[in-house]
Amino acid sequence: MASSRISRFNIASLTLGLAFLYLPIVILVIYSFNASRLVTVWGGWSLRWYQEFFNDKAMIDAAWMSLRVAVASATIATVLGTLAAVALSRGENFRGRTLFSGMLYAPLVMPEVITGLSLLLLFVALNAERGFWTVTAAHTTLTMCFVTVVVQSRLGSLDRSLEEAAMDLGCDPFRAFIAVTLPLIAPAIAAGWMLAFTLSLDDLVIASFTTGPGAATLPIRIYSEVRLGVKPEINAICTLVIALIAVVIVVASLASKLTSTEAKRAAPM
Amino acid sequence: MSARSIFARPARFAAIAPYVWMVLFFLVPFAFVLKISLSETAIAQPPYTPVFDFTAGGAAIKQAFAALSPDNFRLLISDNLYIFSYLRSLVVAMTSTAVLILIGYPIAYGMARLPKRWQPVAMMLVIVPFWTSFLIRIYAWINILQHDGLLNRVLLKLHVVSQPVVWLSTDSAMYLGIVYSYLPFMILPLYATLAKMEPSLEEAAADLGASPKHVFWLVTFPLSLPGVGAGVLLCFIPIVGEFVIPDLLAGSNSLMIGQTLWLEFFMNKDWPVASATAVVLLVLLIAPLLLYERLQRRQLEAR
Repeated sequence: MASSRISRFNIASLTLGLAFLYLPIVILVIYSFNASRLVTVWGGWSLRWYQEFFNDKAMIDAAWMSLRVAVASATIATVLGTLAAVALSRGENFRGRTLFSGMLYAPLVMPEVITGLSLLLLFVALNAERGFWTVTAAHTTLTMCFVTVVVQSRLGSLDRSLEEAAMDLGCDPFRAFIAVTLPLIAPAIAAGWMLAFTLSLDDLVIASFTTGPGAATLPIRIYSEVRLGVKPEINAICTLVIALIAVVIVVASLASKLTSTEAKRAAPM
Repeated sequence: MSARSIFARPARFAAIAPYVWMVLFFLVPFAFVLKISLSETAIAQPPYTPVFDFTAGGAAIKQAFAALSPDNFRLLISDNLYIFSYLRSLVVAMTSTAVLILIGYPIAYGMARLPKRWQPVAMMLVIVPFWTSFLIRIYAWINILQHDGLLNRVLLKLHVVSQPVVWLSTDSAMYLGIVYSYLPFMILPLYATLAKMEPSLEEAAADLGASPKHVFWLVTFPLSLPGVGAGVLLCFIPIVGEFVIPDLLAGSNSLMIGQTLWLEFFMNKDWPVASATAVVLLVLLIAPLLLYERLQRRQLEAR
C-alpha cells in the first residue's frame, strides 16, 4: 500500500522543498527578459540583454574558452574515469588499490581552494604556461572522479555472468569487454561525460587559480561582474548557460533511455 | 582459473593511466603545497624563494632542508585573523549542516514515501539544480536579496516591514546560500537509505502499538543514520573550505578560511602563507576525509 503511506506532511515538505530549489532560478530567467535597466522593475519583455551579451567580445571569448575547456576536460576525464571504474570494480585486489580509491574519492569533497592552490603550485614548478591546457588538466583531475563514481556504480549493478558467458563462448577478456560490458555501461559513460562537462562549465575557484592572464573562463568573468553588482546582462548569460545545461540533461536522459531499452532487449535481466 | 579472475588481470591494467594522472595531478601537488608553506615570502615572480633545487646536488638539498622554516605556521598561530577564520569556518559548517539535516530530512522522507513510479521523477527534480551552475544559483539569490530586490518588495507590499531590510552581506544571506546550494547533497544520500528501508519494519512497530512519533524515532530514524552520516560528510567538508558563497553573500568583517586563503593568494600575493593555510585546513579535514573515503568505498564495493 505504497500510496497510502504518504501523509499531508510529506506532500507539504516535498512541495516547499522543490519550490525552494526552483524559485530563485525561475525568477532569474524571467528577469533576464526584462526590458528595464533596473533589475527589479519590470519594464516589459525584451531581448536586449541577450543582444548586449552577443556584442560583448570579452564575454564571448570567455564563453568560448569555457566551452572548449569543458569539452576537452570532460572527454579526457571520461576516458580516464571509465578506466579507473573498470579497474576498481573488475580488477579484484591489486597493489596500491587503497591509495588509488582514496585519490579518486577525496577530490569529490575536497575544498576547491586547496585543489586549486595545489595544482597551481604544480604548474608553476613545472614551468607550464598557464592557460587553456592548465585549466583543462585541472578540471580533468576533478571531474574524472565524478565519472569514476557514476560508471563504477553502474558496473557494480551489472550481472557479471554476462561477461563470463561471453568468455566461456570464446571471447578474450578484451573482446568480452568491448562486445558485452561497454554497450551495457554506455548510458553511465554518457551521463559521466555530461556531469563532467557541466562541472567544468561551472567551476570558478579551480579555474581562477590555474588560468593565466588573458585566458578567463566564463565563471571568472561572471564573478568579476557580479562583485560589482547585479547587471541584467548577467541574467541573460546565466539563462543561456541554464538553457545549455537543460539541453545537455534532456539529451543525456533520452540517450540513456534509448540505450537501456536496447540493452534490455539484447540482454534480458 | 575462473572467468572472473581472467577478466580481472587486464582490468587491473586499466588502472595505470588514471593512477599516473592522479598521482601527478592530485598527490604530487600536495608535496608542493607543503614545500612552499615552509619557504619564505619574496617579492618576485613566483613570489617565494625556491627551497629545493634538485639540479644543485646533494649538498644544496641538505642546505635547503636547513633553510625550511616554520615561520608561516607561527604566523598562523600568532595572528588572530587566521584562528578566527578557522573557527568561523567550523562554526558555519556545523550550523549549516545541522540546518541542512532539518530541511533535507523531511524532503527526503517525502520522496521515499511517494508512489514507486514517481520516485525517479522526484529524484531527477532534486538533481537538476545540482547540474546548474553554483555561481548562477548564488547570483539568483543576490537578485532576490538585494536592497530593492524581490524579497524586500514583497515584504513591503505585505506590510511585514516598513523599511527595506538589509539582506545582502549578512550571515543570514550566507547561510541561506549555503543551505540552498548544498541541499541536493543532503537529500540524495538520505533518500537513498530511506527508500531502501523495508516498509514492513515500520508497519510491525505500528502493529505492536507504537505511535507514529515513536515509530519514527525508534525505527525509521535510527535505520537512516548511515544516510545522515553520508550527507553530513558530503556537506560539512566542502562547506568548511567554501569560498564563493561567503564571498558574495556574507559581509566582509569576518572571513571564512577559504576567503582568507584566497585573499592571501590573490591580493597579498603571499603564496607561502596561503600554502600554510591550506596545509592546516587539510589537517583539520583529514579525519572527516578518511571517514568519507571509507564510506564511499564500502558503498561502491559492497555491491
